[in-house]
Formats: sequence, C-alpha cells, structure tokens
Amino acid sequence: MHTVLERQKYLIDYTLAALLRRKTRNFGLLLVYTLLVFLFSSVLLLSQGLRREAALLLQDAPEVIVQKLVAGRHDLLPADWLEPLRRIRGVSRVEGRLWGYYYDPAIKANYTLMVAPERELAADQVLIGAALARVRQLDIGDYLSLRTTQGQPLLFRIAGVLDSASELLSADLMLLSEAGYRQLFNLPPEVYTDAVLSVRNPREARTVAGKITVALPDSRPILREEILRTYDAVFHWREGMIFITLGSLLLAFMILAWDKAAGLSAEEKREIGILKAIGWETSDILRMKLWEGALLSLTAFLAGYTLAYWQVFYGGARLFAPVLKGWAVLYPEFQLTPAVDLLQILALLAVTVLPYLAATLIPGWRAAISDPDAVMRG
Amino acid sequence: MTPRPLLRPSCSALSALMILLLLFGLTLIDAAWRSRTVDQTARRSLVRELGLSDLALFTEARYTRHPTQADRHTPFQDHPAALEHFPTGSLLPLPLLR
Repeated sequence: MHTVLERQKYLIDYTLAALLRRKTRNFGLLLVYTLLVFLFSSVLLLSQGLRREAALLLQDAPEVIVQKLVAGRHDLLPADWLEPLRRIRGVSRVEGRLWGYYYDPAIKANYTLMVAPERELAADQVLIGAALARVRQLDIGDYLSLRTTQGQPLLFRIAGVLDSASELLSADLMLLSEAGYRQLFNLPPEVYTDAVLSVRNPREARTVAGKITVALPDSRPILREEILRTYDAVFHWREGMIFITLGSLLLAFMILAWDKAAGLSAEEKREIGILKAIGWETSDILRMKLWEGALLSLTAFLAGYTLAYWQVFYGGARLFAPVLKGWAVLYPEFQLTPAVDLLQILALLAVTVLPYLAATLIPGWRAAISDPDAVMRG
Repeated sequence: MTPRPLLRPSCSALSALMILLLLFGLTLIDAAWRSRTVDQTARRSLVRELGLSDLALFTEARYTRHPTQADRHTPFQDHPAALEHFPTGSLLPLPLLR
C-alpha cells in the first residue's frame, strides 16, 4: 500500500514539475477554467436559491386572485362583484384589494402602493420598504410628498420601515390606509384593484376558478399554483438564457482546452518518447496524464464552485445584480437561503471535468502507444 | 546527492486539493444547516397578511414587478407596434394568460 502511494506521489511530483515548466500557459488555463466553473455555478446556485425562496414564500400567497379584464387588460374590479364571488360554493372568504403603482420622478422609480387594513394606519401615514427608505433617505417621522392624480401634493408621514429581512418581498412597497389610497388616486369607493378569495378545500381551487369564469365571464382568476408555476418558469427561463450566453464562453474554453490538451506539442511528445525509452510503462504515462488532468480540473472545479457559493449566498449575488436590476432604481438587498441540488452539482462536474480529462488522456495515450523512436523524432 | 525538500510538491498539491475539498464539503453542510434553521415566519406572515403574489426583484416595470398579475398587453403597451424594451424583459418570459 505504502509503495503504491509513494509511486503516485512521485508521479504527481513529476506531473507538477512538467506543468510548472509551462507555468504561464497552465496558470492561465487554470484561471479561465476556474472562472468558467464560477460563472456556471453562480447562475445555477442563484436561480436555484431564488426558485426555492419563491416557492417557500409564495406558498402563502392568496389561493385565488380575481381580476377584471377589459379588452384583455386588467381593469378596476367593481365592488358589486364581491357578492357573486361570495356566493360561489366552496369560497369561504372574499376581500377586495387596493394596490397599484406610483412613479416617483424624484428618483425615477416605481413604488408598489398597497392598502394594508390590518396595520390600522391613519389617512396620512405610510409604512415603506427598506430599499425605498434607503434610496429616498427616509426614516420614521419623515414626510413624503406624493402627487395626486389631480396634481396636488399629498403629504404622508413615515410611520415605520418594513423589516429589511423581508426586502425580497417588500423593497418597493408602500403600505397605506384605504382613505389615503383613494385620495391619492381619486378612486371612487365602489371599486377595487382585484379580489382575493379563500377556498375551503384548496384542492377545489381550480373548480372554483372555473365557476368564477362562468359567473363572471370577463374575469381572470389566478390560482396560487399558477403563481408558483410562473416563478418556477421565470427562473428556469432566466437560467437557460444565461446558460446560452455562457455557452459561447464554454465553447471558447473547450477550444482552448482541446488545443492545449489534445494538440500535444512536439516537446511534450518528445518527453513522452524519452519517458518510454527510459523504461516508463504506457500505464505510467496514462497515470501521469490522469493526474495532470485531475489536478487541474478538480482544482478549478472546487475553487470555482466554492467561490460561487460564497458569492451567491454570502455576498448577496452582487455580481448578478446589474443583470437582475435592469433599469430598476429600487433593488432589494437580500440573502438567499442556500439551496443545493447534488444532482446538478454532479451534472456540472460531468460537464466541466470529464471533457478536460478526456482531452488530456486520449492524446497522451496515443503518444504513449507509439514507438518511442518515432515519437522522439516527431 | 541533493537533499530532498522538506515538503514535496505532491504533498503541497494534495494538501491544497484536500483544503478545497473540505471547503466544498463545508458548503454542503452550510446549505443543509441554513435551510433548516433560517426562520421564514415573519416573511411568510407578511405574504399572508398582504396577500403578496410576487417577489420585489424586478421593479423596473409593472409586468416585471408582478409577472403573475400582468396581462400579455403590458410589455407592449406604449403604442400598437411597440417593442418590449425593459432589460428584464429579455430574461423574463411573457406573462401567461389563462
């Protein structure tokens, strides 16, 4: 056992010496390889983390949301829709919701305004999300002026800032009272933005949705399962789009790796020829090549993956913030709960490590089975 | 005869690989540990209380802020032949209308 280990150690010593002889090329390759694994792992971990977070948080989303559609577009829902909705069998609770958007030209950002009856806010009080407070530099007790639909300024006092731990949900939120909301948007009392329904038996939600479309043909019921499915699809799509973009990088790396590994230089071929001439077995050369590929690819994989994990789950995925942010001014600061899928890690390992190992081994093996004399002469 | 170096290159390389393997293992343990211990109660109760349907991740346009609530027209709302132009739109599929 000791002899076998010593033998492998000598092989590694030799491999490292050979790699260090071409250190600029090999360090460059290791750097690009690590970067490639880092980028792929980051995308994988980020989309998986976001998918998990969305699935976990939105499982408490309303069971059914009913919107009114006019010419295929979302319209205000009349209050007299609430009674027919309550009468539908299986529906246990119906509530009209008031929410909308407010564009603030001062910071060129969209806020999501929402009436929160349970907070019992006065007409001039608001609660704001942590990102909004940060960007507008607002704190409790400060005043915020919004312009009503008639153009008059309306003053709101900041009664509180929502917990920054919930920024992923509330970054741009502004919670206000029904009176304040209706005054700001000049809304009559008999309309709502949409309605939320609770269903006695959640398994019957789809049947209830069917009954809603029969009773109110110009309505659009949105089920909780559809909300969850949308988010699952959003992050799969996003992941796919970024993978396609990164695909070109992967191809470039493969060409580089293939060129480096497959196209053995005359010097490397001569080296193999000399090793064979001085008594190395073909299997020794293959082992040496295997160590070369394994040391480089495993180092790149482990370093790239670990860095990506740290960046996504401890660094707030700042690298991808510009991509996720788009033109948005309000962007949440969030820390995702890690979600790791072993199968995906194995797939990543297979995609990044195995091709490089093959590209190192095959040409080495071809040179090793050739006649040493012919190999040395090139 | 040249003296053998105290630390052979193979030992350094294998040690570095072991450290990386250990860090990799730690990421798996950390993921398992944090996914069990992170308290989501406050955030979930906010979702329940307000009936939230979307994450505040893409706040640039209303159909990206609430992709589950938007209709198909919203990305092309500016004029009849308008192209959807927000950067997030290139990474976000169109809202689905049942």
